Amino acid sequence: MTAATLAPATAHADDPRIGLAGHLRHVGALTRRNLMRIKADPESMLDALLIPIIFTVLFVYVFGGAVSGSQHDYIQYMIPGLLGTTGLNLAMAVGTGLNSDFQTGVMDRFRTLPIGRAAVLLSKIVAETCRGLVSFTILIGFSMILGLEIKTGFLQLLAAVGLSLLFGMSIVWISMLLGMSLRSAQAVQGVSMLVMMPLQFGSSIFAPTTTMPGWLQAFTEYNPLSALADACRNLINGGPLTHSVTIVLAWSVAITAVTAPLAVARFRKRT
Amino acid sequence: MTPIATAPNDRGPRNHAVEVRGIVKTFGATRALDGVDLTVREGTVLGLLGPNGAGKTTLVRILSTLMKPDAGTAVVGGYDVLRQPKQLRRTIGLTGQYASVDELLSGYENLYLIGRLLDLSAKESKARAGELLERFSLTEAAKRPAKTYSGGMRRRLDLAASMIGRPKVLYLDEPTTGLDPRTRNEVWDEVQRMVAEGSTVLLTTQYMEEAEQLAHELTVIDRGRVIAAGGIEELKTQVGGQTLQVRPLHPAELPEMARCLHEAGVAATFSADTGLLSVQLTGEDQLTAVVGVLGTRGFGIAGIDTKLPSLDEVFLAITGKPSAPAAPILDKEPVA
Repeated sequence: MTAATLAPATAHADDPRIGLAGHLRHVGALTRRNLMRIKADPESMLDALLIPIIFTVLFVYVFGGAVSGSQHDYIQYMIPGLLGTTGLNLAMAVGTGLNSDFQTGVMDRFRTLPIGRAAVLLSKIVAETCRGLVSFTILIGFSMILGLEIKTGFLQLLAAVGLSLLFGMSIVWISMLLGMSLRSAQAVQGVSMLVMMPLQFGSSIFAPTTTMPGWLQAFTEYNPLSALADACRNLINGGPLTHSVTIVLAWSVAITAVTAPLAVARFRKRT
Repeated sequence: MTPIATAPNDRGPRNHAVEVRGIVKTFGATRALDGVDLTVREGTVLGLLGPNGAGKTTLVRILSTLMKPDAGTAVVGGYDVLRQPKQLRRTIGLTGQYASVDELLSGYENLYLIGRLLDLSAKESKARAGELLERFSLTEAAKRPAKTYSGGMRRRLDLAASMIGRPKVLYLDEPTTGLDPRTRNEVWDEVQRMVAEGSTVLLTTQYMEEAEQLAHELTVIDRGRVIAAGGIEELKTQVGGQTLQVRPLHPAELPEMARCLHEAGVAATFSADTGLLSVQLTGEDQLTAVVGVLGTRGFGIAGIDTKLPSLDEVFLAITGKPSAPAAPILDKEPVA
C-alpha cells in the first residue's frame, strides 16, 4: 500500500474526514493569509517592532540608575522580565484578530468551507508566534547592543523564549474569550490593556518587590508574571530554576484548564 | 430486468438539489422561520421573495450550516444540514451580505486561499483563481487589496469566491442590493451563465425585476411562513388572472362601451387618461363575449391586448405590502 492511498490528495466529497494532511494544509493556507494581512498592514507590525525598543530605552535609562544603581545591572534585571511579557502580548493579538474575523464576515465564509474550525484558531496562533519571534529577536538584539550579557548560554536563552511562549499559549484562551465576547476589535484591545497593565507593572518585571507595600507584595508574589520574570532572569543570568519554572508551569496549566474549555465551548457555539 | 446504469446520486429525492421540510427557527420569542417547506429542482433558479425580516437570510444561513434549525429537515445536494455538514459544505457556494472576503488581501489571494481551503492543490488553486478573475473582469485589479474595490467589483469577487469549488448549489443572498443598474446587469449575466453551466441557484431578493429576470420558480415567504409558491406565470394567474385591454378608435366612446358591456353582464372599467377599457378576464369565453358585444354595437376598435399582472402586483396581493423599488436607481447605498 502506498502513502498516496493512505492519504488521498483530494478528499472525496462523501468522506467527511479531513485527515492530518488536510488539517496541516488548511492551517498552512490560513497562516499564509494571516501573515499576508500583516504584510498588507505594516503598521500592525509597529508594536511588535517598536515596543521592545521603546520599553528598553525608557526603562533602562529612566529608571535603571534609580532601581539598580547602574544601567548595566538594570539591563540584566529587567530585559529577561520583559522577554516574558512578549508572549503575553502576542497572545492578546489573537483575540483581536479573531474578533475582526467575526465582525467582517470572513469567519462566516470560512465556516461554509469544509475545514476544521480549529484551523482558523491555530493559524492565528502560528502567525502571532511568527510576529512574536520577530519581537523577541529585536528585543534581545537591541538589548545586547545596550550591553545585555547572556551569562548562561544559547540553549538557556531559547528555554526562556520557549517558557514565555508556553505561558502565552495559556493566555491565548483568555484572549479568545475576550475576542468572542466583546463587540469590536478596539474594545478587545482596550480591555486587554486594562488586564495587562496591572499584571505587568504589579510584578517583579521592572523593579524588585521588596520596597512595595504589603498588599502589593502579596499580589506580586502570586502574579504569574513575577515567576515568569524570575525564571527568565535565572535562565539568562544563572540561578535556581525549579521554584519559578514550577510556578509558571502550574499557572499555565491552571489558566488553560479553566479558560480553554470555556473558550472552546464559546468558539463552537459561534462557529 | 436489471438497470443498465444506476443514478450516480441516489441519496436524496431525485432532481431536487435543495429539499426543505418544516424548518423552524426561533430567536427568543420571535419565530424567524415557522415551518418553511421549499424545493429547488436541479439546474434551476428558485427565487426566494419576501419583505425585509421575512426570514430569507435565516433560511440561507441554515442551508449553509451557519445556523442550526430548531426543527425540520433540510437536504442539499443529497446531504443533510444537521447530519452531514462537512460533505454539504463541499457542494455549496455562498454569496451573501455577510460571508465576505478579506479586505486586506488582494482579489487573487482571496481566491487562492479559498481554493486551498477547498483542498485544491497549489497549482489548481492558482489556475482557478486566475480563471475566475478573468471571467469576472478582475484581472487588472487582481493584485490590489479588496478594500480598494468598488461595490460592484467587491460583489463580483464575492461571486467568484463562491464559485472556486465548482459548487453544485449556489446561494445568492440579495446579490444586487445596493448595486447600480449597470453592475446589477453584470451580476445577472454571470448568474445566468452559471445556471447555463448547470448550477442550481437559490436566490433571495427583494426586487421583483430580479426575480422575473433570473428565477424559474418562486417561493414567497413572510413572517417566517411560505405564503405562495410556484412558477412565475402560475403565481400571476393565481393572483389576478389576465386583464383584457381594449383601445377604441374614438376615445369619446369609452363610457358608452363600458355601459354596453355592463348591460351584457361584463364588468369593465375605463380610464380617460390612458384611453383604455379594461376587463378582468374570469373565464376562457369572456374574451369572445367582449369582442362580440363591442362588434355588434358597431364600436371601432384600434387595438386589443391581454396582460398578466406584474410581479409587483402579485407581491402586493400576497403579502399586502408593496415590494422594494424595482432597482436602486442611481442611489449608491453603502455596501454592508
